[in-house]
Amino acid sequence: MELPPKVKNILLLDSEGKRIAAKYYSGDWPTNTAKEAFEKAVFSKTQKTNARTEVEVTALENNIIVYKFVQDLHFFVTGGEEENELVLASVLQGLFDAVNLLLRGNVDKREALDNLDLIFLCFDEIIDGGIVLETDANVIAEKAGINSIDPNAPLSEQTISQALATAREHLTRSLMK
Amino acid sequence: MAQPFVKKDDDHDDEMEYSPFMGIEKGAVLQEARVFNDAQVDPRRCSQVITKLLYLLNQGESFTKVEATEVFFSVTKLFQSKDTGLRRMVYLIIKELSPSSDEVIIVTSSLMKDMNSKIDMYRANAIRVLCRIIDGTLLTQIERYLKQAIVDKNPVVSSAALVSGLHLLRTNPEIVKRWSNEVQEGVQSRSALVQFHALALLHQIRQNDRLAVSKLVGSLTRGSVRSPLAQCLLIRYTSQVIRDMSNHGQSGERPFYEFLESCLRHKAEMVILEAARAITELDGVTSRELTPAITVLQLFLSSPKPVLRFAAVRTLNKVSMTHPMAVTNCNIDMESLISDQNRSIATLAITTLLKTGNESSVERLMKQITNFMSDIADEFKIVVVDAIRSLCVKFPLKYRSLMTFLSNILREEGGFEYKRAIVDSIVTIIRDIPDAKEGGLLHLCEFIEDCEFTYLSTQILHFLGIEGPKTSDPSKYIRYIYNRVHLENATVRAAAVSTLAKFGFMVESLKPRITVLLKRCIYDSDDEVRDRATLFLSVLGGDGTLDADKDSKEFLFGSLEVPLANMETSLKNYDPSEEAFDINSVPKEVKSQPLAEKKAQGKKPTGLGAPPAAPASGFEGYERLLSSIPEFASFGKLFKSSSPVELTEAETEYAVNVVKHIFDNHVVFQYNCTNTIPEQLLERVNVIVDASEAEEFSEITSKALNSLPYDSPGQAFVAFEKPAGVPAVGKFSNTLTFVVKEVDPSTGEAEDDGVEDEYQLEDLEVVSADYILKVSVSNFRNAWESMNEEDEHVDEYGLGQRESLGEAIKAVIDLLGMQPCEGTETVPSNARSHTCLLSGVYIGNVKVLVRAQFGMDSSKEIAMKLAVRAEDVSVAEAIHEIVANG
Repeated sequence: MELPPKVKNILLLDSEGKRIAAKYYSGDWPTNTAKEAFEKAVFSKTQKTNARTEVEVTALENNIIVYKFVQDLHFFVTGGEEENELVLASVLQGLFDAVNLLLRGNVDKREALDNLDLIFLCFDEIIDGGIVLETDANVIAEKAGINSIDPNAPLSEQTISQALATAREHLTRSLMK
Repeated sequence: MAQPFVKKDDDHDDEMEYSPFMGIEKGAVLQEARVFNDAQVDPRRCSQVITKLLYLLNQGESFTKVEATEVFFSVTKLFQSKDTGLRRMVYLIIKELSPSSDEVIIVTSSLMKDMNSKIDMYRANAIRVLCRIIDGTLLTQIERYLKQAIVDKNPVVSSAALVSGLHLLRTNPEIVKRWSNEVQEGVQSRSALVQFHALALLHQIRQNDRLAVSKLVGSLTRGSVRSPLAQCLLIRYTSQVIRDMSNHGQSGERPFYEFLESCLRHKAEMVILEAARAITELDGVTSRELTPAITVLQLFLSSPKPVLRFAAVRTLNKVSMTHPMAVTNCNIDMESLISDQNRSIATLAITTLLKTGNESSVERLMKQITNFMSDIADEFKIVVVDAIRSLCVKFPLKYRSLMTFLSNILREEGGFEYKRAIVDSIVTIIRDIPDAKEGGLLHLCEFIEDCEFTYLSTQILHFLGIEGPKTSDPSKYIRYIYNRVHLENATVRAAAVSTLAKFGFMVESLKPRITVLLKRCIYDSDDEVRDRATLFLSVLGGDGTLDADKDSKEFLFGSLEVPLANMETSLKNYDPSEEAFDINSVPKEVKSQPLAEKKAQGKKPTGLGAPPAAPASGFEGYERLLSSIPEFASFGKLFKSSSPVELTEAETEYAVNVVKHIFDNHVVFQYNCTNTIPEQLLERVNVIVDASEAEEFSEITSKALNSLPYDSPGQAFVAFEKPAGVPAVGKFSNTLTFVVKEVDPSTGEAEDDGVEDEYQLEDLEVVSADYILKVSVSNFRNAWESMNEEDEHVDEYGLGQRESLGEAIKAVIDLLGMQPCEGTETVPSNARSHTCLLSGVYIGNVKVLVRAQFGMDSSKEIAMKLAVRAEDVSVAEAIHEIVANG
């Protein structure tokens, strides 16, 4: 408990439980087989729940897992059982919103795979070696969204302005609530 | 068969399966990676290839050393491109490839250039990458830049450096510790996350310096922390400081409590939760301190956010284990959570309610749980069943509705672990509540009529054999048991035969009928079943003399006096030879199980539940060691070995601890010595013991240690004679004597000449507890009642002022060295009276049981009433003497 909050892993699975992207920060799952077994357990435990409006939470093997689903994508953030659930939830929410911004609201498996580089960058900007680096979705999206200045690139400056536009939209929506 | 399994479903499905990585293959991607080497870098193409590489790694593909090196080298070429997006991907892949130290050199100059770039994103990421891959020597080279980065005006850069510092602290603490001035500045930063990272690092740097941490907390709690994350950290550090202070015996008003309480009013829920949790986890928290925390948690219970409800109910569940009364206010909110969509929350709510509920609410609660059970998974059900078992023990009068509930769920579908939990619970209830016995046994009988688990069937049959004959109408169980002989596999049939025999032996009127049933079993197809039937037939047909009866009884009902785990190790070590295996050679001592939760398992009858996987005790090891030394071989059987007692401070030149071995007439001290100086070789290591304060002991022999090289422990022994069977006590002072020889570190050879030297060790005491073995009994009440009441010795003692009841109880347990039974060594934290049950075996193999009742008055004066029963009256007196002198 003397250490800062630690995230053990971030998972992004599809609607069948297959890994789209995953990043592990703890040695609890040393092999890929162990990782896959964990993902399978997490997926089957949460599969039937409705985590589409609010962040949901469960406990598994002395870990706390917070999760949220959208379309055919399942987002998970895992921490130790002594961890503050709300810190984990803020990490998950940051990831979720940042991905939403980066994919311009079209968050599904296909878009995620098409823009896997952005997803990886997003993971990289949220957590560094298990330590929370940033939880503000706008900041994360901005940092991960820095893309090519090369005009040939698929997502040019347009991405940034679009991301900002979506951010603005997002903000307005949350204010209007 | 190489053709992939093409989906023949509709087009829609095909579209769903689209993936840009379909059919991706490592070899091809590695080929593609050659574009990195092109003279004219195509950023877009290269980014795509890097993404593919990352995808492969992420899916669990691994690169060989050669492949990884090749990719790494070509990736480094991409630093020549000015494209920021590509550079970002390059950083990412370098971290994933985790290059070896000789490869790192290639990129360090590029990364160092980026560290000083004008682009913030370059600076931040170059720091993170570089710190991930470099070693200590390189770190000193870039230290200057890192210190600059910590105070960089861009928060992203500053955070990157601070977080890297946190990681580096593990590998290069001495370097990172030099940065505290800069880090201190970071704590004052405007940026929320910089503050958080700086605080984390600052604390890590100072964590071994209690005073500094306490100062840090003291200054920050006055309110300069803005970020919720940093505030959470501060709360953690504050509780640590509070813990340290109470460890150091500072009493009175709890410092910093006010700060924790003020955090309950923070605007961020994360901080409120952290503070509430910190308060509930304070050592010896009072109900006044607890109340505000419970109040905010109660509010969380009705939050629309599942995470908040979960966090609150999880915390309250923990609190309910120690302070059930404090949580009762939340019961109504908790009851509405039983129907919560999130089953984790519902289960936690139910188990909390079962702990806090009062007798009158049991029935209502059970009704609600019945609806709930059908739609949760087995793992949740087990938690609920366990909670119900403890509830039943708490409110014995309510056994009827609880037993009905258990028998109902026993009939429903479920896996092995779940069924076992139910059966264990029913058995516990039958044991603890005599009225529940007959009904409970019938439930179990019905269960084995249709039970798919051999293990459970045999356990229940065994249990029936013990409890069934003692009921008012034993004959009604026979049908269920005999059905097993027809319908089940060989293992269950054999168990059923044994059970039948027990009925036949215990209930005279049933004997003829049982004999008929057993005769039918001697034609069984299985050897074991036939053998058992034949054996029991001859036992039952015995001539009925008193002696034969006693033998058969011992045979049928006698319990194995040794713990199963010890038996197992002994059997494994047994070398088939002329000599038959002697069960008396199996050590009887159980390793104590420190956790209260594990104690609860000890309460289960030995027949049910897996034997506790006790770690093999060092006892056999000691016994073997001592009997191999000729000087000690004549001492007879080893009675007890203490756990090692340290005779030196940690981190001294020579580390010595001692193990006390108690024999009937002798005591042997085993000094385990370790030489921690690489430049020295010790020879003729001996311990000179002054026993002038231990009058009853006289030294008879000692065994020196010939040579003690660096870091390979050795043992020296000293043996004393003492009066037989008497728990002689005394104090011994020890001096280590030896000859030191210098060792040449380069060759490892010792010089020929040595110098004699000695080293003062700490004193050693032989206390009464050394003469008592910790031996647990499975059912304390039975054991207690089986001892002669006349021989009971009761006396009262005043234990003076103590911090808490628990402390007094621990002192008595330590003094007596006996095994606490049935978890009675743990005291609810605000209890004013408590009864503790202890059992043990006194030297001379005399069984002793102790029932100690403690009471505490308002001035924390503790009184104890001690009742002792022993197989030998003099031993009961001896126990009182120990307490009186202690």
